[in-house]
This record gives sequence, structure tokens and C-alpha cells, in this order.
Amino acid sequence: MSIISPSRKEELRKLAELARYKVATYGEDIDISVFEEAEEVKEIDELSKLPPEIQDAAISSGIDITEKERAGSFVQVDHSVIYQKIQSAYRGQIEIMSITDALEKYPELEEYWWKAVRVDQDKYTAHAELYPMHGYFIRVLPGQKVDRAIQACLLLQENARTQNVHNIIMMEEGSSAQIITGCSIAPKVNEGLHIGISEFYIKKNAKLVFTMIHNWADGFHVRPRSGAIVESNGIFINNYILLKPVKSIQSFPTAILEGENSKAMFNSLLYGLKDSKIDVGSRIILRGKNSSGEAISRAIVADSSQIYARGTLIAQNDESKAHLDCRGILFSNDGIMYAIPELLADRAPNSILSHEAAIGPIAEEEIEYLMTRGLSKEEAVSLITQGFMDVEILGLPKHLEDYIRRMIELTQKESM
Amino acid sequence: MLTIEDLHVEVAGSPILKGVNLEIKEGETHVLLGPNGGGKTTLLMSIMGLPRYKVTRGKIYFKGEDITNLPPNERAKLGIGIMFQKPPSIRGVKLYQIGEVSLRGKEDGDRIKSYAELLNLINHIDRDLNYGFSGGELKRSELFQLLCQKPDLVLLDEPESGVDLDNISLIGTVINELLNKEDKVKSRKSSGIIVTHTGYILEYVNADKGHVLMDGKIICDGSPRDLFEEVKKHGYGRCTECL
Repeated sequence: MSIISPSRKEELRKLAELARYKVATYGEDIDISVFEEAEEVKEIDELSKLPPEIQDAAISSGIDITEKERAGSFVQVDHSVIYQKIQSAYRGQIEIMSITDALEKYPELEEYWWKAVRVDQDKYTAHAELYPMHGYFIRVLPGQKVDRAIQACLLLQENARTQNVHNIIMMEEGSSAQIITGCSIAPKVNEGLHIGISEFYIKKNAKLVFTMIHNWADGFHVRPRSGAIVESNGIFINNYILLKPVKSIQSFPTAILEGENSKAMFNSLLYGLKDSKIDVGSRIILRGKNSSGEAISRAIVADSSQIYARGTLIAQNDESKAHLDCRGILFSNDGIMYAIPELLADRAPNSILSHEAAIGPIAEEEIEYLMTRGLSKEEAVSLITQGFMDVEILGLPKHLEDYIRRMIELTQKESM
Repeated sequence: MLTIEDLHVEVAGSPILKGVNLEIKEGETHVLLGPNGGGKTTLLMSIMGLPRYKVTRGKIYFKGEDITNLPPNERAKLGIGIMFQKPPSIRGVKLYQIGEVSLRGKEDGDRIKSYAELLNLINHIDRDLNYGFSGGELKRSELFQLLCQKPDLVLLDEPESGVDLDNISLIGTVINELLNKEDKVKSRKSSGIIVTHTGYILEYVNADKGHVLMDGKIICDGSPRDLFEEVKKHGYGRCTECL
């Protein structure tokens, strides 16, 4: 039972009601009413007790079922939180629980609820408020440096359902952590809608590397809505990886760099397959003195996929700088890639904003060069593509880097 | 090792090589001289099998096998390696990765490191291939890859161009290693073709035979130094008399 004050609750409800049919600025409009609500799923006490097909789905989105390399885990299937655990060595360093429990436990969370993302942004945020279905609360306690990744997994196992989750990630002062969120579906799921609200609060001197791996299906719609507020000397690194087909995804996360010397990095690796419509951007608002940001996007367009890669840098402090780097390769005559970099210096004449955007094929000269070293044409294309989808930009530990590299390799093999 | 018979090659529909004949025996190093646009690079690229260089007539045999229609990777596997004059840079592909490719599974971990050290590239092996490399670094990167590959026939396209004096001696040393110049003449196994415009590389690498390639044909054969002296004295102008 949430303890958000009745007045605030009413205020949010009204705002959400007003935005119930508000079409989002970007992405195709989805009729939410066609999807049904899912049924409750029972809790488990070990990840290995997940049904095998659900385990596979989780693994394919970066989840470590053995939990050996993880500090803690959270798993939600459809509407039900089925697993939450903190490894004993990390108790006292982190908190992991369903957002429903967190709102009950911490009344002060009310001030963070819908602070980094607006409840009336569009029909999807409104839906998440009007029909709440949990989500996670992850908190890293002050000064704690968590040396293993925390994992959260949001799964759908029933076809044609919606999943609305609202997550809050709280990095307390001086803390640092890696979080991997895997969003995935069971094999029988082809259609559905996932709405994920994620609010990040990076307090002074804290650092978060947040990696989201999405693994959807041809008929599936996805509408994440994310916002981060970063305080002084805080660092927020947001990695997004999509290597499987999806019906449509539209997200445009925003990081507001409020504090002095705060930093944000958005890195996206996007592989457009089949008829996927992918509209993924990132927005960095530089408000703090010496705040800085970087947004890097690498996109491969195959089959009839469409990728819109947006990036917006807004400098509101005179002593701030940011760079945007967007590159795309088209493998198909039927695909579309649209790079949309935007720079805005907002009353900050000394701020430095820059961008580079390039779309083009793999140069024949590069393929031939590698062939002279003994690679077949397919191997050369594969090596160049893997280099292009540069996992090193993600700033992940080696084992995770290798994992994502293997996923890219697999996607590429399947698509060729 | 290599036999070229009546080779005609065109690039983008224009005939460049117009009947080249060449025989290179095991352990021999040949030098190709000639003015710009004469076909020197085209000949090397045709031996390597790059698809833009279209053979319209003639044959290329390597170790007795007709390789005229083989793709470059098959030729590389048979033992042909090339040092490009202007290699492309490839973002995201690291120099060490291409070293591993060139070693073709023979990597023992130390070889890449020792070759990189030899060529002063130890700080470059984790960098994107040839990206932002200076002229000298590009040449050393090419030689690093050839050392990993250990080809039986080494094709060197203007190995000294864009290289400062500090680097040219190192480049000469590595080319000599690739061509087994430290071994007795009779026991040398590797062969090479060096394309040179300036001839400076001949101060560091001994070649056995020289050829002048002009207007798509080999118009002159002889001692590399004699040919180079002739060109130094008279330029290629006098060579046109032999066309």
C-alpha cells in the first residue's frame, strides 16, 4: 500500500487523466486498450526455478541466472514481482525491492515520484500512473562502492499484454554501482506493450553505469520513459542495447545535469532487423557549472527496419560542454536511417556543443583490405560491423563487454 | 614462385596493364621502377587479386597454381601478402585484431607483442586500425601485419614513401627479415616485389632483379642499381625510346 499523500495522489491522478489520450511527440501512436492485463505469477526463491524458456529469455537480455557475478537481483514477470535478493556480501550496501514496497517504506520517496519524468508527458506515462504494476526500487547507500553489477529483469510471459513498470534508482552521495536491466519475453509472446518509467537520482559524487538490454519480438511495442537528475560531481552513464526485432520502440531519455562538474553519457547500440521501427534518442541538459555530456549512437539498419537516432544537447550554463556522435550503416535497400542531432545553446554563449553524424555503407576498400589479410568477404564485413558496434564505449567490466560482443556476433550471424 | 603471362588488366573500364610477363623464383627480390600511372600498383593489386583490377587476358600462377580468378583471401592463404602504399583506416577494428587475423590461428600471445615492439607499435595495438596514424606509423602497421602473416611472396608498394629518415632504416630491416635476407642466398624461401618511385629503399634492401614498367608493359630488365642509376640520370624520358 503506497503512502503517497492523498493530495499528491489526487494531483497525479488528475494530471494523468488529462494526459490519458495525449499522443507522444515521437513514434507511432498505440491503442493501449487492445492489450489485456496479465494474471498473477507466483514468487520463486531461486532464479534457477524460473521455467526454462523464461530463463533463456532472461539470459538473452544479460541476466546471470547463477547470480555469481551479481550483487543482487530483481525479477518481475508480467505484473508480478517474483524475485528479489541481495547477496549476503552486499547487505548494508544496497537495497532492492518492488517500488510498491519502497513507497510504503520510505515516505520521502514521494518527492522523487514523477520528478525526473513528467506524469503527463504522454498517454504512456499517464497509463503507468493510472494502472501501476510495480517496477523496482534500487538504492545504493551513501559512500558504498558496489563492485558487482546489480541486475533487474522485466519479463513478459503472456501474449498481448501490457506491462507498466515504474522504477526509481537512487544513487546516494559518494556511491557507485553498475546496474543491468534486461527486458525480455517468453518465446510464445509476439505482441504486447511494455511501458517502463525509470527515474534516476544521482546524488553528489555518485556514479552509476546503467545498462539496459532489450530483447523483444516482431509484434511488440516498447515505450520507455526515462529521466535522470545528476548532482555535483555525479556521473550517469546510460547504455542501451537493442539487438532483436521489435514492432516499435520509442524513447528519448533525458539527463539533467544540475550539479557542478556533473557528467552524463548516453551510448546506444542499435541493430535494426525485420520491420522494426526504432526511434531512440537522448537529451542532455547542462545546467551545472563545468557540466559535460556525450551521446554516442551506433546503428545498423538491416531488412526493412527504420532507425531514428535523435540527440539533443542543451547548454544552459556558460561553462559547459557536450558532444554528440551518431553513426549508421545501412545493409539493406529497404531500410531507413535518420540521424537528427540538435544543439541548443540557451543563453550560454561560452558553452561548447558539437556533433558528428555519418551514415554510409561499409567501404569496399575496407572489406578488400581485410580480405588481403586472409578473411573472406563475410568475415571481413562481420569484423568491421563488430568494430562499428564498439562495446568498449559502454564502459562495462570485461565479462559484460565480452557478453555483449557475443550477442552482437550472434545477431549478425542470424541476420546474414 | 610467381609466373605472370601476358597479363592485361583494366580498372573501371580503362586498360592499365597491356601484356605483362614476369617470372619470380623462390628467394628472389625484384624491383619495379616506373613513372606514375605506368601500372606498378596495378600489377601488385592484380597479383593480390583485388576485385577492382579486372584481368581481361593472361594468367597468374603462384607456386604452380593458376590463381587468376581467386579472391584475395584465398591468395593470402596460399602465401601472398601485400604492403599497401595508402592503407585504409578502419574504425573499431584494432591493430592487434588484424595481427591475430594475419597470424591465422598461430597466435601464441607473444608474437603480436614482440612484432609490435620491434616496430615501435606497442602503444598502437589497441588503437583503431591505421586511424590517425602518421605516414611512418602506417608503414610500420603494414609491416607488422606482414610479419604476422609471414607470406612467401611479399608485395611492397612504395615502402619508403612518406617515411622519415628515422623510420626508413627500421623499415628496411623488417623488409629484409620478411625476405630472409639474413639467410644464405640459396636457402632464402621468401620472394618479393618492391615497387619504388624514389629508389631510396634500395639503400637498405638488396634486390636481385629490376624492371621498368611503363605504359602497362615491362620495357626493361636488368640490375636494380643500374636501372635506378639510369633513371636518376635521365629520368623516364629515355625509357620511352624502348616502348
